[in-house]
Amino acid sequence: MNPTPSQTVGPFYGYALPIPRGGDLADGGITVHGYVYDGAGDRVPDALLEFWQADPSGSLKGAPGTLRRDQVSGELLGRHGVDFTGFGRVSTDADGHWTLRTLVPGTGYISVCVFARGLLHHLYTRIYLGRDAFLDSLPPERARTLVPVEEREGVHRFDIHLQGENETVFIDFG
Amino acid sequence: MTPPLTQADIDREIAELHRRAPAGGDRQAAQALRDFAPYRSSVLRHPKQPLVAIKDPEAGELTGPVFGVTDVAPFDSDLTRQHLGEPLGERITVQGRVLDRDGRPVRGQLVEIWQANASGRYLHQRDDHPAPLDPNFSGVGRCLTDDEGGYKFTTIKPGAYPWRNHVNAWRPAHIHFSVFGTAFTQRLVTQMYFPNDPLFPYDPVLNSVTDERARQRLICAYDHDLSVPEWTLGYRWDIVLDGPAATWMEEGR
Repeated sequence: MNPTPSQTVGPFYGYALPIPRGGDLADGGITVHGYVYDGAGDRVPDALLEFWQADPSGSLKGAPGTLRRDQVSGELLGRHGVDFTGFGRVSTDADGHWTLRTLVPGTGYISVCVFARGLLHHLYTRIYLGRDAFLDSLPPERARTLVPVEEREGVHRFDIHLQGENETVFIDFG
Repeated sequence: MTPPLTQADIDREIAELHRRAPAGGDRQAAQALRDFAPYRSSVLRHPKQPLVAIKDPEAGELTGPVFGVTDVAPFDSDLTRQHLGEPLGERITVQGRVLDRDGRPVRGQLVEIWQANASGRYLHQRDDHPAPLDPNFSGVGRCLTDDEGGYKFTTIKPGAYPWRNHVNAWRPAHIHFSVFGTAFTQRLVTQMYFPNDPLFPYDPVLNSVTDERARQRLICAYDHDLSVPEWTLGYRWDIVLDGPAATWMEEGR
């Protein structure tokens, strides 16, 4: 069947899609954080990032409850913190910054889907905490865009460049 | 100083890009172009390097997030009942199915919508269009698809609104949709438009899809059978997710 085309998330998703503590998948693991940049090197304050990952054992089963809601008020409560849902959603702040607190995935990478005003069709990339054949197949100067820099123990910096000299590797799954 | 960008400038750019676009049936023509300059915000926000293909049957993205009963609340799918009073505007039913590209229903997955109110105003502090907010309308909804992949919302027909892409730029009325498949590769964020909107030819966002038949897939159809007597007018819109999914995910979902 012919697919439904994508359209930009636009500037006004902010009261609909973000989740309270949407980037806090788990306590006691690692922090990954960074900025989103455009082709002029400016930070992007209206990007929405989604994360999907395996748990530390490598299981990709995930769990419901990322958007858990109060059944009385309808208010968004977010995760209860017992199950590892494997899914996160974070809006960049006014300075283009985002933060993810999670566990190291058993598969070695965290999958990222990038949405933004100005981006007509989302983009996929990966945050590599380990290595695999795909990472090794890339030329070194491109592969490094997928590998975060460990700033201090347990805190990893991963910037996303939508365009420009340090443009991030974006992935086509076909 | 550069003269302000007019609708005529944008129309010329759209016509030129449509003329140069690959023919319908091409995979690219069926999707929105990321590099579509008539939508000015896209200029610095699209990659210039080609995307890198992954054809790995073990790729984590062939699975995806799961959702359940805890992720939706009772009034999430009826945007007209989220406040004490009734919202203003034309009450509508929007209903359809979510399918994968093999035509299989996508079951138990999350559909989220957000939209402007009947006057064309979003409940967002950065929306400074001087149209009234409606204290009885937030414009946010969610539901899980049923066993046939079906979804259904009751809401208000959104208004068209101006934006600052160029002088006298107006967005055709639309509802934003966010849809999950069984695989993260099938993720879709898009906009649903209403039939026969006179603003279609002027809109650079809709026209970033260069193939006319693909653009038609973004427009819902009035469906009299979905209209609820003395209550709503009905619109049908089916959604087909692109992207591969792991075949083993079919069972149990």
